[in-house]
Amino acid sequence: MDFGRISRRHLLQGGAALTLGAAAGARPAFAADTTIGFIYVGSRDDYGYNQAHAQGAAALKKIPGLKVVEEEKVPETDAVEKTIESMINLDGATLLFPTSFGYYNPHMIKMANKFPKLRFEHCGGLWTDKDPKNAGSYFGYIDEAQYISGIVAGYTSKSGKLGFVAAKPIPQVLRNINAFALGAKLANPKATTQVIFTGDWSMPVKEAEATNSLIDQGVDVLTCHVDGPKTMVENAARRGAFVCGYHTNQSPLAPKAYLTGAEWNWEALYPKFVKMIAAGESIANFYRGGLKEEIVKTSPYGEAVSAEARKHADEVKAKFLSAGGYAIFKGGLVDNKGKTVIAAGTDRGQKDPELEKMDYLVEGVIGATS
Amino acid sequence: MADGSIGLWTVPLAVLGGAIRVSTPFLFVSLGECITERSGRINLGLEGTLVMGAMSAYGISYLTGSPWLGVLAAGVTGALLGALHAGICSLPRVNDVAVGIALMLFGTGLAFYLGKPLIEPTAPRLPAIDFGWWSDIPQLRAALRVNVLFLIGVALAPILYWAFRTTRWGLLIRTAGESSDAARAMGHSVLLIRLRATMVGGFLAGIGGSFLSLFYPGSWNEGLSSGQGITAVALVIFARWDPLLCLWASLAFGGAAALGPALQSVGVTSGYHLFNAAPYILTLAIMIITCSPKRTLTGAPAELSITR
Repeated sequence: MDFGRISRRHLLQGGAALTLGAAAGARPAFAADTTIGFIYVGSRDDYGYNQAHAQGAAALKKIPGLKVVEEEKVPETDAVEKTIESMINLDGATLLFPTSFGYYNPHMIKMANKFPKLRFEHCGGLWTDKDPKNAGSYFGYIDEAQYISGIVAGYTSKSGKLGFVAAKPIPQVLRNINAFALGAKLANPKATTQVIFTGDWSMPVKEAEATNSLIDQGVDVLTCHVDGPKTMVENAARRGAFVCGYHTNQSPLAPKAYLTGAEWNWEALYPKFVKMIAAGESIANFYRGGLKEEIVKTSPYGEAVSAEARKHADEVKAKFLSAGGYAIFKGGLVDNKGKTVIAAGTDRGQKDPELEKMDYLVEGVIGATS
Repeated sequence: MADGSIGLWTVPLAVLGGAIRVSTPFLFVSLGECITERSGRINLGLEGTLVMGAMSAYGISYLTGSPWLGVLAAGVTGALLGALHAGICSLPRVNDVAVGIALMLFGTGLAFYLGKPLIEPTAPRLPAIDFGWWSDIPQLRAALRVNVLFLIGVALAPILYWAFRTTRWGLLIRTAGESSDAARAMGHSVLLIRLRATMVGGFLAGIGGSFLSLFYPGSWNEGLSSGQGITAVALVIFARWDPLLCLWASLAFGGAAALGPALQSVGVTSGYHLFNAAPYILTLAIMIITCSPKRTLTGAPAELSITR
């Protein structure tokens, strides 16, 4: 630890924690001074990405002996470094979760180098051997849940036209679009998925316009990958289309139109992380998983989902959960320009790092990445 | 067509629908700002007013169950923010542009703070009037679902145009804007005229905000406005302080905002960033075409701090 930087307040806090620890006879699962810091890029009740993380943080708050500090709307700039430092120096946080993609490099890496004894866990980053050992990146294969949504959407759509409101053509988003489209083709080989990029993570008016344009084109089931799916879900439901959710469960917003959805399951992962740390186990610096590892989940089926769709979706879900796993991106995959992107015979399993560099849209998707 | 698709017709239809759906906040803010600027003061804080209006409308609609009370609350909030702006600006040597920027930050910040618990609940929305009942094309019917606020805005533009030209208070506002000395010589308080003009401007901008949260996109969240208030203030300059031109400019901006998504939906996918930027390119182009270094902007009130 950098002794030059210890503040008086930090010393006092440390002293207080020591006394407390000594006073408490039976030691709980965690030391009384374990403080965990969560940093969100947006509002934590946005029905989306940030709310999913906040639900994970809420699960930690229930564990005795843990204190959770949170800060919302922290931009992906130097501001996050200041937030991390104040969480460490003022609140005594020893485990930090900066949850937004842009926090990783250089901001969180810099902080991890500065505080080598503390643990940093980042959502979505790509940890490499060059990065500090006390930093880690975790992420979920939410495309598995999108694949299930695609199957359900494919069965439910009458027109065979599905819509996807997306923010930006980055690998994670493209992977979700492709998984959704491939799932839909499993249910209906003729199904097409039309994608509209709005250009940014939170553009409510553009998202609403995109939703209306898609429905005008005959699309009758929509999903999305934007920070707050609320706009898409509400506007699509008003026009009588069905929706598949994203990030969290949006069925309260449109109970009749909601089919299923791809959700994060941080409320399962975060307590697991904390237990691993308490037990002295090491968390892999590069941590990934899908439905099987309980990092992602699917929303319960809505009433409009047919028995046939449920059966097929459940079968595929069981394959994801099986020991052998299941590959969404199988060999012989052709993109929507007619180019073979995965050669026949080489299935790309979920953990294949090539998939995290995805830059194409598969056959059956109407749209372009640029 | 058998599958309910209307092919390339989506684009003009989306632009028409967009012009109706997206333009209303632009229309209200620009008409409000038109009144304020004609009185010789510029209120850049209308972005904050718009967001505050959206938040208070959503909150009141949620609490009382009546969206129309929400609209009223948005207007009153806007008028209060307008009064604050006018009040600060009436002090000596205060720059109205700087105050406007401060109020823009204040309005958005306050709205985010107070609006925190409103992101999750769903408030009752304003009803729509179905003008497409004669058509059996669902896309056209959807595009022609018009909100009363849009109609009020459309009616307001010619009324304001007429009022500026022929009524007594229209003349007073213009006098205050063109020459405060003349207004004073007539025995009127310039500050009082500007206070009222700024309050009316704020009232309209607040109502514009209520349209955002209660009709389209139709829910409260922090990215709701994404700069529409500030764009609308720029629209006024673009429209040369003429309420009728404000109407056309708002419609053009609404339609242009729908262009990007609509083109992507029919398969024109290259360069969507460019199409998404269409409204701003349109502004720049018209500004460049109509600007001249040899004269001041035609129609600009002489007392306005940006032209003085």
